[in-house]
Amino acid sequence: MFRRTEPTDCTITWEGRTLPARTGESLAAALLAAGITAFRETPVSGSPRGPLCLMGACFDCLVEVEGAQNMQACLVPVSPGLRVAMQRGARDFVEDAA
Amino acid sequence: MSVADEWTAGPTGSAPAAAQVDVLVLGAGPAGMAAANEARAHGMSVLLLDENAAPGGQVHRAVESRTPKDEQDRDGAKLAAAFRASGTDYRPGATLWAVEPATEGGGGKVFWSEGGAARSVATQRLILCAGATERPLPIPGWTLPGVMSVGAAQIALKTAGLVPEGQVWLAGQGPLLWLYAVQALERGGRLAGIIDLSPPGGLRRALPHLGRALKAPEYLWRGLQWQRRVRRAGVAVTVARALRAEGEGRLARIVVDGVAHPADLLLLHDGVVPNTQVTRAIPGCVHGWDPVQACWRPGLDLWGNTAVAGVMVAGDSAGIGGARAAVHAGRIAALEAARALGRITTDERDARAGPLRLLRDRQLAPRLFLDAMFPPLPPAAIADEVVLCRCEEVTAGRVRQAVALGCLGANQTKAFTRAGMGPCQGRICGPAVHGVIAAARGVAGGEVDPFRTRFPTKPLTLGELAALAGPL
Repeated sequence: MFRRTEPTDCTITWEGRTLPARTGESLAAALLAAGITAFRETPVSGSPRGPLCLMGACFDCLVEVEGAQNMQACLVPVSPGLRVAMQRGARDFVEDAA
Repeated sequence: MSVADEWTAGPTGSAPAAAQVDVLVLGAGPAGMAAANEARAHGMSVLLLDENAAPGGQVHRAVESRTPKDEQDRDGAKLAAAFRASGTDYRPGATLWAVEPATEGGGGKVFWSEGGAARSVATQRLILCAGATERPLPIPGWTLPGVMSVGAAQIALKTAGLVPEGQVWLAGQGPLLWLYAVQALERGGRLAGIIDLSPPGGLRRALPHLGRALKAPEYLWRGLQWQRRVRRAGVAVTVARALRAEGEGRLARIVVDGVAHPADLLLLHDGVVPNTQVTRAIPGCVHGWDPVQACWRPGLDLWGNTAVAGVMVAGDSAGIGGARAAVHAGRIAALEAARALGRITTDERDARAGPLRLLRDRQLAPRLFLDAMFPPLPPAAIADEVVLCRCEEVTAGRVRQAVALGCLGANQTKAFTRAGMGPCQGRICGPAVHGVIAAARGVAGGEVDPFRTRFPTKPLTLGELAALAGPL
């Protein structure tokens, strides 16, 4: 799908798995580079979705970042050790961990 | 505490409502950076909000950290360097979510989120440079993971150095598709093929505009070069009418006029449209239908003033003209702001803007040719089963049913179907829903109202909003 042309310098975790990443790149780019295509499951039908636009418009790249839900992965910069999970359906009404 | 400190103070800092700037610019693309630089040159205080981590917008994305490859990169790097040195209060990672237009005798007010907290500032002039978004290309299966837009892949290339590999297909039409193909190949990427969906007869339609287009011949020359380079690299170009994406849970193959090909990634493109998400939410900000580019654009005077006092628009969010035209438009808008705030006289404004207008007109010269060459794909051809609104998963068939029940406009469609009511607020599906309604009614696009947007135009959390109040 995509191949990196620049070296990685850190790792992040996706659904408990460790993935290589590069500090400062968008979280969406890091996931795509690792071959992840499904970032979330829709609230309407539960079908898997991945990013469409990578520029903050489509909201199809929503993920859970360090416990904070509905984060646009294309607008979140990678930092070492970032813990990321799939956004499953609509966000819960829980205390925001962010 | 200085005014700047008040803005950067955390949620417990003093109330930011007292803060005021002369000019607030939205967007750090070509138009926004140029507007900020020009405004600063006339001694005005400027605050610039941009959602991204670094200046550049889409065309010059990550321009400060890339090695310049061509004239456009060098122009972008120069513009960004001047912007950094301009003294603009630049806020990356900042999302504007509301605008309160000016009241009698006072300035307007702008609200945004930054670093997990909402902020606001009063401003005399607001220059919106929100750029463009890609026109959606809804085909069967385009919601499958593994289907993205060409613009998205270009962002991944520019910001993270990701190149396409494996069974990667490009489909649709327009200059960006060819540009990305060239950029991807130059970086060592591989493409399985290009599916050219452009309506037949493009050159015949475009020829009457050739004379004008040749006022800026480099545009057409570059386009021809891109196509030649892609073909020379051995990438197969297939002219086709029908395309679908298929797979279980993710893209596995594409079907081109009935012929299946394995696919890991499908990149779609059908040109770009002005981003009017903020202007449409401002009461009284009039928009007009552009039948040539098949899109809505804000009604502006020669200087970029909208119908709402103090609110201006420059660059592609006023109508697609490209990065080079946007730079001149940004400067022209800033000159008008300087005149309105008494920094320069009307004569000075006119004298400085004159040469900029000539430069801008030259950059706009090829537009009619390009628009005739690549008219948007017809919404009537979208099959009933295709999802238009990706957020609420509303198909073209359901929108057409709503029209059959007497639904005349895009806003009524919301009540009938929820199309355009998801988190993206119609940013992606807007042009497609609008086009399908117009085609189903058999009327011109201008007869169908666009989605009305409302503030907050981007989601914000209660926590962010609470930070706005400051200490009680």
